[in-house]
Amino acid sequence: MPQITYRKAINDALAEEIIRDENVVIIGEEVARYNGAYKVTEGLWERFGDKRVVDTPISEAGFIGMGVGASMLGIRPVMELMFWSFAYVAWDQIINNAGQVRYMSGGRIHCPIVIRGPANGGTGVGATHSHTPENFIANTPGLKVVCPATAYDAKGLMKAAIRDNDPVCVMENTLLYGETWEVPDEEYVIPLGVADIKREGTDISFIAHGRAVITALKAAEILAAEHGIQAEVLDLRSIRPLDEEAILRTVAKTHRVVLVDENKPFCGVSAQIAAMIQEQAFDDLDAPVQRVCSLDAPAIYSPALEKIQLPTPERVVYKALQIL
Amino acid sequence: MISVTEEEVAIDPADYAQAKINKSLSSKDKIGLLREMLRIRRFEQVSLKLYNQGVMAGFLHLYIGQEAVAVGTISIMGDNDHVITAYRDHGHALAVGMGMNECMAEQLGKATGCSRGKGGSMHFFDPDKNFWGGHGIVGGQTPLGLGLAYGLKYKGLKGSCFCYMGDGAVNQGAYHESLNIAALWKLPVVYVIENNKYSMGTTIDRSSAMRNCLAERADGYGIVWDIANGEDLYEVRAKAQNALERAHKHSLPTVLEIDTYRYYGHSVSDANAKKYRSPEEIERHKAHHDPIHLWQKRLVDEGVMTDEEIEKLDESIKNEVNAAAQFALDSEFPAPETIFEDVYWEVDNNTAAGSTGRHFFGD
Ligand SMILES: Cc1ncc(C[n+]2csc(CCOP(=O)(O)OP(=O)(O)O)c2C)c(N)n1
Ligand SMILES: [Mg+2]
Repeated sequence: MPQITYRKAINDALAEEIIRDENVVIIGEEVARYNGAYKVTEGLWERFGDKRVVDTPISEAGFIGMGVGASMLGIRPVMELMFWSFAYVAWDQIINNAGQVRYMSGGRIHCPIVIRGPANGGTGVGATHSHTPENFIANTPGLKVVCPATAYDAKGLMKAAIRDNDPVCVMENTLLYGETWEVPDEEYVIPLGVADIKREGTDISFIAHGRAVITALKAAEILAAEHGIQAEVLDLRSIRPLDEEAILRTVAKTHRVVLVDENKPFCGVSAQIAAMIQEQAFDDLDAPVQRVCSLDAPAIYSPALEKIQLPTPERVVYKALQIL
Repeated sequence: MISVTEEEVAIDPADYAQAKINKSLSSKDKIGLLREMLRIRRFEQVSLKLYNQGVMAGFLHLYIGQEAVAVGTISIMGDNDHVITAYRDHGHALAVGMGMNECMAEQLGKATGCSRGKGGSMHFFDPDKNFWGGHGIVGGQTPLGLGLAYGLKYKGLKGSCFCYMGDGAVNQGAYHESLNIAALWKLPVVYVIENNKYSMGTTIDRSSAMRNCLAERADGYGIVWDIANGEDLYEVRAKAQNALERAHKHSLPTVLEIDTYRYYGHSVSDANAKKYRSPEEIERHKAHHDPIHLWQKRLVDEGVMTDEEIEKLDESIKNEVNAAAQFALDSEFPAPETIFEDVYWEVDNNTAAGSTGRHFFGD
């Protein structure tokens, strides 16, 4: 199977969907002539032209809202946010408009829009540029949110997101864009709401999403090599809809859980998963559910400290050993 | 169209050296202005070197080419005049008098940095010098500038807030909302649009609808506006002075668009810096429109300085910057526990409010 980057996988998904459906249009800052601030849309403007790949002014509230409006008429805009952190100036459009219009219209209107871009810390860009708002989005019924951890998942989930008839937020990661994974040439789509076991194990379950999956996998390798412990790593892939059954299956198998989450701990995604596990799988647990999240403060700039603010494999190993 | 008032037109537009604010400059003042511009340029050049050595994280947005804007406007300010800007903030920070050491250390994420290593290059702050940042979200500072002006007026102070922004930032909704409130409530804010012709790789004609210039949009709100040539320090000062007086005397806002140019890419990681504009364009600006060269030439022509004296001044500034770089490199990173400091005032100050209920959550 060919090895391609996470970036290229998304690029391929966008290109294939532009070709498949004449209503798909890519819109965002610097997505066309500049090839995208992170080069995710590289070459698309050259291939598909002004109508399908559109540069915008720095007006997130305006152009995201425009995308929502256009989607009500059946256009399928794929909106790029240069950073998900910039979504905060468009919050009303995302939460109130994309998120509520179907409900408010009694189901008469729907918004097949995709809003995508990177949402991560760890790159020294400071607090205002390092937000991970998947928990905020997931807290809003009406919106969907996915956080792919690999190139394979990024491509398959992006295609599902574009074909979905509801607003889907795709949260990518600048630290993953340049990483490579195997991705088949043949077309495939990964349905939203299906988790994936990234590593089989019997002794403990690590449940994660986005780049935290990679952190969990590294921790699992350390546990295997140094302690002979086999951790299972479950990648949620999609936060809302959420694959609760996959979570319950792995808990029933290993009876011990560490949740790994680049969100802040308070009301982060892992808080929801923990609540759900104790509600539905209390009897399966042999130990309290543990979490490894980002340290609970705004993202610090200092490169020395930013490294330890995000979940590290070492912290995951430490938490795992406490309940084994 | 309200651009400049009658009194202001009285200045011969061809010779801003004759404006009152410039005529009153002593030779020492003029040399001081050169020093400030050179300090910014040399600081930026050493920052670039450090960035390329890999000791800095994130983004580095260089101000080189735009120095006369920050120095010209800030040089006219008094005790109740305040400054707020975006992420291209080193020039403004140095111009308000922040020390090179604390600025350099901040870029390296050191505990001795102006924000204790928490903000980085885009987020310098020094409220003691009326400098309110350093803001990374495009346009995010524009309502804050309005708020500083509101605060001044509320307190009955005769002051102003100069709020700097790029030519791309003018398309954020928050800026337009701010203009309306500024006009409606007569707030002493001066929006300085540093028009360097590009927002990342996008030229103005591809990002902004306008009649003749960006500042002219202020017409719709009945706000006085003006444009200035940012390569001419005298002109920048003269026009900024008009805005300052309008704020001080009449508590009225101004939009001042200043034509300028950045020599480097949007940030140091802008891989396309020479694709969306021609190398010739950049060279032309360096050769014919450089604000520092033009000011130096003026000082020589006016007999204020000789080339040798300029050279000597430059050498001393280079030494200052190199010492700041060494200071930053030698400084310690912040201690890990400081991650949780500076989040809540009440907690940091050990108050009852800060110790009631849980403020931080572990995992
Ligand atoms: C709300 C928001 N959108 C996008 C960005 C990314 N971004 C940072 S600077 C910039 C270009 C701004 O250009 P301009 O206002 O002309 O200022 P200049 O960089 O030229 O000083 C963009 C798109 C951001 N920081 N914030
Ligand atoms: Mg600009």
